[in-house]
Amino acid sequence: MIEAHSLTKRYGERTAVSDLSFSVRPGIVTGFLGPNGAGKSTTMRMLLGLDAPTSGRAVVNGRSYAEHRAPLHEVGAMLEARAIHTGRSAYNHLLALAATTGIPARRVNEVIDLVGLREVAKKRVGGFSLGMGQRLGIASALLGDPATVILDEPVNGLDPEGILWIRNLLKGLAAEGRTVLVSSHLMSEMALTAEHLIVIGRGRLIADTSVAEFTAQAAGDVVRVRTEDAEKLRALLAAPDVTVESRAPGVLEVTGLSSDRIGRVAADHAIALAELTPQQASLEEAFMELTRDAVEFQAPAPELVAAGSEGSAA
Amino acid sequence: MTTASLIPAAARGEVTQARVIHSEWIKLRSLRSTLFTLLAAVLAMIGLGLLFSYFTADRWAHLPADEKAHFDPTLVSLRGFYLAQLAVGVLGVLVVSGEYATGMIRASLSAVPRRLPVLWAKALVYGVVAWVLTTAASLVAFLIGQAAMSGHHLGTSLSAPGVVRAVLGAGLYLTVVGLLGVAFGALIRNTAGGIATVFGVLLVLPVLAEALPSSWFQNINPYLPSTAGQGLLHIHQEPHTLAPWTGFAFFCLYALIALAGAGVALKRRDA
Repeated sequence: MIEAHSLTKRYGERTAVSDLSFSVRPGIVTGFLGPNGAGKSTTMRMLLGLDAPTSGRAVVNGRSYAEHRAPLHEVGAMLEARAIHTGRSAYNHLLALAATTGIPARRVNEVIDLVGLREVAKKRVGGFSLGMGQRLGIASALLGDPATVILDEPVNGLDPEGILWIRNLLKGLAAEGRTVLVSSHLMSEMALTAEHLIVIGRGRLIADTSVAEFTAQAAGDVVRVRTEDAEKLRALLAAPDVTVESRAPGVLEVTGLSSDRIGRVAADHAIALAELTPQQASLEEAFMELTRDAVEFQAPAPELVAAGSEGSAA
Repeated sequence: MTTASLIPAAARGEVTQARVIHSEWIKLRSLRSTLFTLLAAVLAMIGLGLLFSYFTADRWAHLPADEKAHFDPTLVSLRGFYLAQLAVGVLGVLVVSGEYATGMIRASLSAVPRRLPVLWAKALVYGVVAWVLTTAASLVAFLIGQAAMSGHHLGTSLSAPGVVRAVLGAGLYLTVVGLLGVAFGALIRNTAGGIATVFGVLLVLPVLAEALPSSWFQNINPYLPSTAGQGLLHIHQEPHTLAPWTGFAFFCLYALIALAGAGVALKRRDA
């Protein structure tokens, strides 16, 4: 269980996190979403007591992190995959962390096997690929068999197989009753992994909602219709709570009517339809819409990342 | 995929100072830079001691009279300490700054959120390792150096007055240099800055002090860290210096103040 109470962090003039309150429940994966620079990493550092909040309080498993006497058993965290001395082997890195709380070398070997780093465990971390570094970061997080797991951008730099592995790992951890908080700037990834979402932008809470609700909101009910008799159909569909837009000749975008109903009206009036498709706004678009005002660095013409492209890998 | 609870609640240990010391020992011994740097310190100590001793003895007949009068065979054989302090000080800085450079410090402080045990453990582990190695190197340098000079009947022995103090003193001085490195590494959190500060204090301050009017210099010089600390190595007390152990106590005091400052900074600053 993680609770943030009015967390605020200012660096001089800049406010990185502003009056942020949320709670993260055990037993499900909670996604922590926001564009780059939204304050996700700063918030996570405050949860772990690495950065002191300017005001407000972070509580993990009932206490502020620094008050835990056996922190590795309470919270396992990967803040940056590269928070590892590059000159040390993966095995010695884990062994040194384990020693702080008396975790035996046997457990170090267990987590090495768990993340699949057995073959490179005795090699220096400096030569690791980004994906191997991520796996080592996750091994450090799981070392103390913690009740709460906090991972910052764990899928960054992973290949599709690695992404699938993380997804299953996170769901497995949550199924064991642990609290799992995972940050990402990719909505599509979170839609597949998380059950609950906390969305922030410019350090402020934008949404605290379930993925199902978010998806339902995002879906809308736009139906795309293509027909040669577009103007005739448009007139027939007109009603107070129905809007019809036309962005191209012969193409209508209808909001407020189901595709069944539109098809029935067209059939009744002998209008031939070339296309009748319910549209779903992609999750990524919905996410971008939600955070549009909160994006710190905006390209002149942002490219949309098609949601669901990750889905094919699942 | 299972991560089933493998650590029973009963086996969940708390963080203790002893465990953090064990952790820091694993960290220190698992880096190649530790081995190379300490090896360099030992080689500098022994190799230079031998060279200085050999050439001093070899050129004895040609040395001016006042050099002969101030001849300190112990100090000649321990002269390698001057180079060894670079290695020991640099590694002391790296013990802390290396963690900031790589981001490892966040993992370390997440594991030990009270933070101070990490600093004390680093200082203790590195201090003990540096003390054992440099004291051994000092003894070897002394024995080899005296052997090299004995052919010319210039050598001294451990039983001569002040010699044991000087031989042990070289190890003690170098150990405290290492601790100053740890302290400045933690205060400055940057390798280049930490190294520059340590050697600015040890090597540059005395040179700057010499530029002062001589009456000022005579008052300040005894209390400069390197002058105070190196008094232990001289068999005969130099002019304008403190008594050997008094000077060394001042040197230790400076290191303690620096470590205390590092502790305050570590506790207060964001990691």
